[in-house]
Amino acid sequence: MKARVYVTFKPSVLDPQGQTIRAALNGLGHKGIEEVRQGKFFEITLQPGEDLDAIARDVLSNPVIENYRIEMLD
Amino acid sequence: MKVGVLVFPGSNCDHDAWYAIHQNLKGHAEFIWHDSHTLGDVDAVVLPGGFSYGDYLRCGAIARFSPVMQAVKNFAADGGLVIGVCNGFQILVEAGLLPGALLRNVGLRFICKEVALRTETADSPFTSKLSKGQVLRIPIAHGEGQYFADQRTLDELEAEDRVAFRYLENPNGSARDIAGILNRERNVLGMMPHPERACDPLMGSTDGLGIFQSMLANIPVLTK
Repeated sequence: MKARVYVTFKPSVLDPQGQTIRAALNGLGHKGIEEVRQGKFFEITLQPGEDLDAIARDVLSNPVIENYRIEMLD
Repeated sequence: MKVGVLVFPGSNCDHDAWYAIHQNLKGHAEFIWHDSHTLGDVDAVVLPGGFSYGDYLRCGAIARFSPVMQAVKNFAADGGLVIGVCNGFQILVEAGLLPGALLRNVGLRFICKEVALRTETADSPFTSKLSKGQVLRIPIAHGEGQYFADQRTLDELEAEDRVAFRYLENPNGSARDIAGILNRERNVLGMMPHPERACDPLMGSTDGLGIFQSMLANIPVLTK
């Protein structure tokens, strides 16, 4: 099976990379871009029985600063 | 008295730490490879700076799962002294031995320069030979040194006198200018600045010596 895991900063965490990207987009003339938050994306192929929730919580994300979301495909 | 310096793939301040302890402090230091399950007979542990596992995933995130880190957790739980510098600090927060996290510097730049730190407490095995308020000049060298923790954790760190060092001029956006913190039991210190790079007169500052001198003077007698 395949799964996608998205890891994003919590709203309370400053994302200077996202801010820099937003400023660059504004500079390119995309004045309508109000905010960019950069995150991570994992494409995972796995066998049944693997506890992807535990993996996302304990390894792929750091709960102090990040949230995660899992999407199971097929 | 022997200090163990951990070596992860990508550590690059391990020899600096070894040199400071061996040459500048006339102590004994030995390297411990990351896949070791024990710390041997060391009396204190240094997690050195560098880029363990290439900083992949998050800084320190993969080193945290090294076999040696379980030994470090047990050692710290028994009261052993553990100091993490830079990437070592990042590993300690990822491992949950210290609270909070270290984020990308505000301004995004990797910063390598000497900074001024204020010693915020002399009440720890790492700062007992310093005085509260003493200013140290010690270099930083990091891209991800912005200390982050929620307000409750920050309040708790301050209420429990666990902020060891603060920047006089905040270089990276760290919450409340925090440069180094202690765990609740005060036997684990994490700091972004590199005291091991400020131990030899050749390096322009010897202000890091006091931290290691404190540590060597306060090594507890552990039952092994």
